[in-house]
Amino acid sequence: MESMLHITTLHYLVLGAALFLLGVIGVLTRRNVVIVLMSIELILNAVNLNLVAFSRMWGEVHGQVFAIFVITDAAAEAAVGLGILIAFFRNKETVNIDEVNLLKW
Amino acid sequence: MGQIIQYIQSYRHSDLTPGAAGNMFWALVYIMLVFVGLSVAVIAMNWLERKILAHMQVRLGPMRVGPHGLLQPIADAIKLLLKEDIMPAEADALIFWVAPFVVVLAAFTVFVVVPFGPTHAITDMNIGILFMLGVSSLSVLGIVMAGWASNSHYPLIGALRSSAQMVSYEVAMGLAVVSAILMTSLNADGTGTLSMIGIVQAQQAQHEWFIFKFFPLGLLAFFIFAVAMVAETNRAPFDLAEAESELTAGFHTEYSGFRWSLFFLAEYSAMIAVSSIAVTLWLGGWLRPFPNLLSNSTWDLVFSLFPGITFLFFAAICFYNAARMPKHPLFRIQTVGLAGFGAVLGLIGLILFIPAVSIRVQDIFWFAAKVAGFMYMYIWYRGTFPRYRFDQLMHMGWKVLLPMGLGVLVLTASVALLQEKLWHP
Amino acid sequence: MAPVATPFFFYLLSGIMLIGGILVITRKNPVHSALALIVTLLAQASIYLMLYAPFVAGVQIILYAGGIMVLFLFVIMLVSIDRSVKERQFNSQWIVGMIAATALGGLFIAVFMKGKNIFPEHALPVIENDNTQNVATMLYGQYMFAFEIASLLLLVAIIGAVVMAKKRI
Repeated sequence: MESMLHITTLHYLVLGAALFLLGVIGVLTRRNVVIVLMSIELILNAVNLNLVAFSRMWGEVHGQVFAIFVITDAAAEAAVGLGILIAFFRNKETVNIDEVNLLKW
Repeated sequence: MGQIIQYIQSYRHSDLTPGAAGNMFWALVYIMLVFVGLSVAVIAMNWLERKILAHMQVRLGPMRVGPHGLLQPIADAIKLLLKEDIMPAEADALIFWVAPFVVVLAAFTVFVVVPFGPTHAITDMNIGILFMLGVSSLSVLGIVMAGWASNSHYPLIGALRSSAQMVSYEVAMGLAVVSAILMTSLNADGTGTLSMIGIVQAQQAQHEWFIFKFFPLGLLAFFIFAVAMVAETNRAPFDLAEAESELTAGFHTEYSGFRWSLFFLAEYSAMIAVSSIAVTLWLGGWLRPFPNLLSNSTWDLVFSLFPGITFLFFAAICFYNAARMPKHPLFRIQTVGLAGFGAVLGLIGLILFIPAVSIRVQDIFWFAAKVAGFMYMYIWYRGTFPRYRFDQLMHMGWKVLLPMGLGVLVLTASVALLQEKLWHP
Repeated sequence: MAPVATPFFFYLLSGIMLIGGILVITRKNPVHSALALIVTLLAQASIYLMLYAPFVAGVQIILYAGGIMVLFLFVIMLVSIDRSVKERQFNSQWIVGMIAATALGGLFIAVFMKGKNIFPEHALPVIENDNTQNVATMLYGQYMFAFEIASLLLLVAIIGAVVMAKKRI
């Protein structure tokens, strides 16, 4: 109980791992494309949390700079992903990933 | 018990804000004060808007409810609270319920860092301006949620238009803010600051309000921000998304009663918040006017009398109008009410002359006076300008204000660099 | 500024984040998922504040919660059809997915158990007041090249998204 009260870096890493797991479950099990994209955002946030926690551990800001770059990349990837989703929706009128099976044998 | 008293007393001799000093009790007191002050300001804004718009349109505005309509906002509030709470059929109940609260939270949380004086802020985050811009961009989410949850055409289109407009003008606002932040770094050790109190202190150290710095660059940045902030809060002339004649009140069409009053409260609070940003960044925050030109101690004394004189002036207006009331027995209660209100204002004015109160209130008074000037400008714009059409609005946000903001930023940086190389090689 | 009641806030915020994450992956209505994600992102910004990273917290609020999530909500409003809410939500490989996630979780637990003691006992003290200056010095000094590439990446992403979402090229 005493170790639960003093918050160390390990606590933040466990939190990041839990968020990562939730994101992975979302990507693997959901059919709605938008929710899959949001689960990918959860994964990226878990990574950011790890980076910032380690940056705090060492007392330097390299981790925070990398986290800013990750947020920027997440924005770019969300924009492109949603663009693809809109183009796909215009063709097929559905947002289920299971229906993206034109190349399936 | 003695420990609690000591905890409370220990803050009184510090020169930090309660948040920075870690003092929970005074932070809560300041939060209560800001909340109450903001509510009073919103009520006053409601009355002032109706009266000033009316006088600009050569009519009188509300005159019946209290003397000169002074109790009209209270009557409106009671009416809104008692109205039936309608939720449209097949509306998403959770989102419909949450949307007004998101907008109100975003509008009120911003006031945590607004600096009313060098230690009169709830806290002084060292990313103050970034926090304010970020949290005020959360109100876009509330508007999108409100439009979506209403399950009806007009609110959806209104919400889409309103949020597109807010997001576009946020970019222009951000560029203008960056130009002002650039100017804070022109001090001796070359480091700027993002904290709101630090920005005003930078203006104090450089002896120049940023609106006058590098003329006309400071003025242009201020102008860009002033236009963008009116568009950001969906006020005239950029109020296409909520104008009655265009979209039947836009994203808050389906809201009635208490929920609508939350949107209305959030709109006025957001207006006061972005005006506070403009006042802090360009108009010197809590500094009194003419700090360089009229800087000896007699002028300090004269300017320190201004709070009391302002309230005595308002009291004089009240008494004059009470004397002008019709001498009819049915008007007696209004005359007495107005004279009583004038007496209260006069008492406050007299209290503000006491030196012990006056030195504490100075900073807050000048800040509030400048923000009140901005509020008057908002009402003036509403009474004067015709409405922008939506494509004209987006054209102006992206094709006029954004290039102008970029140009001002690059020019400000170049002039600052030149000044450093030429004057301090 | 000394942190106050760190364990309480840490557990509160991590609880909010985990509940928000669970709501994101389990809701039928994508708008509810987006709202839960916004709550998660805001709680994460608060955790960044606890980790003495105020600039990253500000960037997270402005970019993630105020930018990316607005984008998500717009697109959800554009493509959301009532039919998708009434369909089956979890795909047919969900058992395999859960097994894979459990394996990953087991791996994480093993790593954390084994490496529990290699972290320094207390984090080094961090002066908070010039966090923004330090980040800026690093960003525009050592990582300038990466910064320029990130801006190019954003340009390419914007052009790509506009081209893909246009009605007629």
